Amino acid sequence: MSQMNLLQAINNALMTAMEKDDKVVCFGEDVGHFGGVFRATSHLQEKFGRARCFNTPLTEQGIIGFANGLASQGHKAIAEIQFGDYIFPAFDQIVNETAKFRYRSGNEFNVGGLTIRTPYGGGIRGGHYHSQSPEAYFAHTPGLKIVVPRNPHQAKGLLLASIRDDNPVIFFEPKRLYRAAVGDVPEEDYELPIGVAETVREGQDCTLLAWGAQMEVASKAAERAEKEGIDCEVIDLRSILPWDVDAVVASVKKTGRLVVTHEAPLTNGFGAEIAATVQEQAFLHLEAPVNRVCGLDVPYPLSHEAEYMPDETKVFEAIVATMNY
Amino acid sequence: MSKSIHKPGFVLGDALDIPTFKVLKQDGTLYKGAQEPEFDKEMALKLYDDLVFIRVLDERMVGAQRQGRIPFYLASLGEEAASVGSAGALKPQDMIFAQYREQGALRHRGFSVDQFMDQCFSNERDLGKGRQMPIHYGSKELNYNTISSPLGTQIPQAAGYAYGQKLDGLDACTICYFGEGAASEGDFHAGLNMAAVLKCPTIFLCRNNGYAISTPSAEQFSGDGVASRGIGYGIATLRVDGNDLLAVYAATAAARAYALEHNAPVLIEAMSYRLGAHSTSDDPTGYRSKDEEAQWAKKDPILRYKHWLTNKGWWSDEQEKTLYAEHRANILAAMKAAEKRPVPTIDHLITDVYDEPTPHLRQQLKQLKAHMRKYPDQYPKTSGRLDA
Repeated sequence: MSQMNLLQAINNALMTAMEKDDKVVCFGEDVGHFGGVFRATSHLQEKFGRARCFNTPLTEQGIIGFANGLASQGHKAIAEIQFGDYIFPAFDQIVNETAKFRYRSGNEFNVGGLTIRTPYGGGIRGGHYHSQSPEAYFAHTPGLKIVVPRNPHQAKGLLLASIRDDNPVIFFEPKRLYRAAVGDVPEEDYELPIGVAETVREGQDCTLLAWGAQMEVASKAAERAEKEGIDCEVIDLRSILPWDVDAVVASVKKTGRLVVTHEAPLTNGFGAEIAATVQEQAFLHLEAPVNRVCGLDVPYPLSHEAEYMPDETKVFEAIVATMNY
Repeated sequence: MSKSIHKPGFVLGDALDIPTFKVLKQDGTLYKGAQEPEFDKEMALKLYDDLVFIRVLDERMVGAQRQGRIPFYLASLGEEAASVGSAGALKPQDMIFAQYREQGALRHRGFSVDQFMDQCFSNERDLGKGRQMPIHYGSKELNYNTISSPLGTQIPQAAGYAYGQKLDGLDACTICYFGEGAASEGDFHAGLNMAAVLKCPTIFLCRNNGYAISTPSAEQFSGDGVASRGIGYGIATLRVDGNDLLAVYAATAAARAYALEHNAPVLIEAMSYRLGAHSTSDDPTGYRSKDEEAQWAKKDPILRYKHWLTNKGWWSDEQEKTLYAEHRANILAAMKAAEKRPVPTIDHLITDVYDEPTPHLRQQLKQLKAHMRKYPDQYPKTSGRLDA
């Protein structure tokens, strides 16, 4: 075990993947010698050479187009999009190409070796274009997997699993936690399962569901609720697509209540999908409506960031309201 | 280092003066100074067979669409030499990323008449499992990446594929076909720049056929064609007469050698003309004259190549008649057989979304099947085979 922050855990996972398999290639804007603007790819070029870790021109659609081709050729392509907010020029390549490559060809070709890494989320005073959480756009696209880690240990295990999964994965990295989250990370190679949620705190009264950076908020809200005598069960979804319906439904059947929280705007956020599924599968167990604590339906703000964010107090209030419904 | 000037002076596009490479005149004789191709009689006849097959196939399939037997088709009339000639100069291990009008390249690789038909009729033997509209061919065995409708998306992909071939140290490159309209897409610029900067052995072959559906190339760009852009990206560039099979072949052979020797991309702009409609959903009488079409019909690439074969003493009228008759008969027979084959079973609705269907997808299929059992007449193509 070593103490690592989330960035170091990601760097360690990339290092491990590249050491174990010479088909693994990392690239993106500033990813080469510089090691990425956040330093997630530090020392990779030094260690594995320019052919396997390199800078690309500044073109997100080009990066993902290139990555699709490289993955279809049989390489494990790890493409970095510098900020999730800048993934949209590549939207066509991801939605129409990456996601459909296997299906449209009848499995003659696939891009299962592709992993797209991108930092997402707010809380860094980044305004509109360095703060967004775009996971729901991609969750509407069959053929993709979407993974979001909450801490360094999860980041390494889930990233290694994403790289080796035989399907394309978008790996959203909570950039607010890049240096803020520090924890024990095994030095050895390990993988955590994709599509499986993790219950991080057991409870009887109310299920609290989140992923990525929002897990920290959910956990703090659960602690606050505990002081009020409310026993929350906290679940980290870990994968948005596919998502662990069984784990969530089983928990809701036990507690009878669900609060879902994410940073992205409320309307059509992934919380909406969860709420719809839970009411369908656990309708008679629900003691209260599913409560969503999300960003407002506005572009991500700067000076009003604190007010916009679904913080610990908002989640706590939602828990209380759900209990008192 | 750029040299300095001390008064403002523009560089204009015509400074490039990009020539067009030609070998064969329309009467089948060679231009002065042009060279015979490097292939033998057997190859020469194979290429002719490919050209004629595609012409007959296109004619028959446009007819089949008119009769309502298939929903869509897209012919390559007038442009056959660009895809057949270029594919002829490649090795089987070279990957092809096509746009959608390169059935000639696929035929050259050995895609069978039954495979063409099974794809166009979306039946259970279609390699693509009946999931895409007609002409969206693909074959792993033949190194022909499956066609995707969105324009230009294959261009950066071809750069990435070739980069992988280079990393693996293979004697192989990638060719990427697209039209002059697709060259306006962002993916064109992204892909060519990526290939140039990352030194990918990719041959970008633009079929400049004059029209993007109804939009003439004069309304598509104002520079000197697509070729001028290759030079801007630092890519070795060649413009070729796309109706001249011998020139296209020689250009592609040279491009392949260059790409592998220098680990670098090449851009070929093949000048041609789309003699037919864009697709069966299009009607060119609304945007161009019969006279214009007639001028280009005189430059028919297949006729030109046939004249060359005849001049060589390798082809006769008798052989011509037999070849057309054979292809017509084979295509008709294959069409009848393909039409009768059922579509894939409903289980294939959920395969290949992922490497394995997720539990969620299995659940959705189960619900669908239960519904189909209740209303079998609503789903006649598959309801009889739910437990197959």
